[in-house]
Amino acid sequence: MTPKIPDSNADSKIVDSKIDERKFKQVNRRELLKLSPVIALGGFAIPSLREPLLKQGLGFSDWASARLFRSGHLANTFADSDLTPLEEFPLNGYDVDDPGVILENWTLTVSGAVRKPGEYTLAQIQALPRTRQNTRHVCVEGWDVIGRFGGARLSDFLNLIGADPSAHFIIVGCADDYYESLDMATAQHSQTLLCYEMYDCPLTREHGAPLRLNVPTKIGYKQAKYVTDLKVTHVLDKVGYWEDQGYSWFYGL
Amino acid sequence: MSGAAVEIIRTKDEETETVARAVYEHPLPVRLCHWLNAISLFIMVGSGLQIFRAFPSFSAKIPQKDLLHWPKAFAIGGWLGGGLQWHLTFMWIYIATGLVYLGYELFSGNYRQVLFTHRDVPGVWPMVKHYFLFREKPPVREAYNSLQKHAYTTVVVLGVLSVLTGLAIWKPIQFSGLAWMMGGFHRARLWHFLIMWAMLLFVFGHLVMVVLHGWNNFVSMLTGWKRDPEY
Repeated sequence: MTPKIPDSNADSKIVDSKIDERKFKQVNRRELLKLSPVIALGGFAIPSLREPLLKQGLGFSDWASARLFRSGHLANTFADSDLTPLEEFPLNGYDVDDPGVILENWTLTVSGAVRKPGEYTLAQIQALPRTRQNTRHVCVEGWDVIGRFGGARLSDFLNLIGADPSAHFIIVGCADDYYESLDMATAQHSQTLLCYEMYDCPLTREHGAPLRLNVPTKIGYKQAKYVTDLKVTHVLDKVGYWEDQGYSWFYGL
Repeated sequence: MSGAAVEIIRTKDEETETVARAVYEHPLPVRLCHWLNAISLFIMVGSGLQIFRAFPSFSAKIPQKDLLHWPKAFAIGGWLGGGLQWHLTFMWIYIATGLVYLGYELFSGNYRQVLFTHRDVPGVWPMVKHYFLFREKPPVREAYNSLQKHAYTTVVVLGVLSVLTGLAIWKPIQFSGLAWMMGGFHRARLWHFLIMWAMLLFVFGHLVMVVLHGWNNFVSMLTGWKRDPEY
């Protein structure tokens, strides 16, 4: 049977030269060496290099996430019939602990690059236009639920406190020692809420009463509960509770 | 050197003897991409299963019905955050390798060697009979037979789908159109998982064939040169 190759390489497949066996081995060795760049991935097998490399990789993903974020692009909203019942809205294990917030005495402490720092009451936040939205809450574990959230737009609150428009970050502190941070583009997004309602009722203790973040464009752990402190800043000096354990910072959806 | 074929001769005391033929079958970009992809696919599957362990279900969170408890020993990263670090790092290597490979195949014309087209359809059934029913082997005319082309084309499609479903899970809002095409965030996660198993099925078949086809075939993916080709 004559070899027949039905493509443009047909001619070159015909034996066109003779090569000495020793030279053939040399050629093979040279070709094998050309694969050496693959060995660079071996860096991930070295324990002391692994951690910084993975940190770089995660950092690159965060950088790409920030580039992919579109300020005017809204998260899907859902009909009331799509809502996960409040009883089935999952709580994480930490929420069984009562952080001991005394609602009557609660204020939001505002600091950083703002014109009007100080203590803000819930009434002041509730006096801002209220937004109610049925949005998806996506947990980093992989599950998701659709919840109904109500509150003031964080962007309106940032106006109220006179936040420096050139600041890059918002850092929040919580009564249960949780902490989180947002990039300014996400903080200014029209669906990012200082949330004081779920399912049209004031936040329950388990869901972060009296104030939590609702950021539909971000992963679940960015939705800090029991918020007591808000700082506007140029420098991200505090990142986030889970971020400090090794999770992604930006984690935009 | 692409597509070149040579006769290998042994010289002894001014006498020459032809000992073998060899064909340059795998250009360098293909070999580089192959091994980078082998490593990154391994990491993506291992770390992906680690992520899956955090919520091994495709239905509601409450009540949670676990699909399977994947053993920690067969996962990469040690914990969810670790799995995510590996996954979000190697996905870039996986995507870049895929793009370089597709770009090279397209612009070099090398895809003709491996792309399954309508011309390959008649050759499928005889190869299936040969592999699975142990019938006579059809004559070998090309580097890849119809069934191989089918497998290598399908796995490239699966690779593209693995990236698209992955993007739909990672960024269901920024890529909302993509997530919608997958049937929503929930379904995208299921597709991503099923595509992984389809790719693993390919890898299994691929490794079986590598073992069956012997050393020269394996070496060709390292050096590009296949000694004693069947065609």
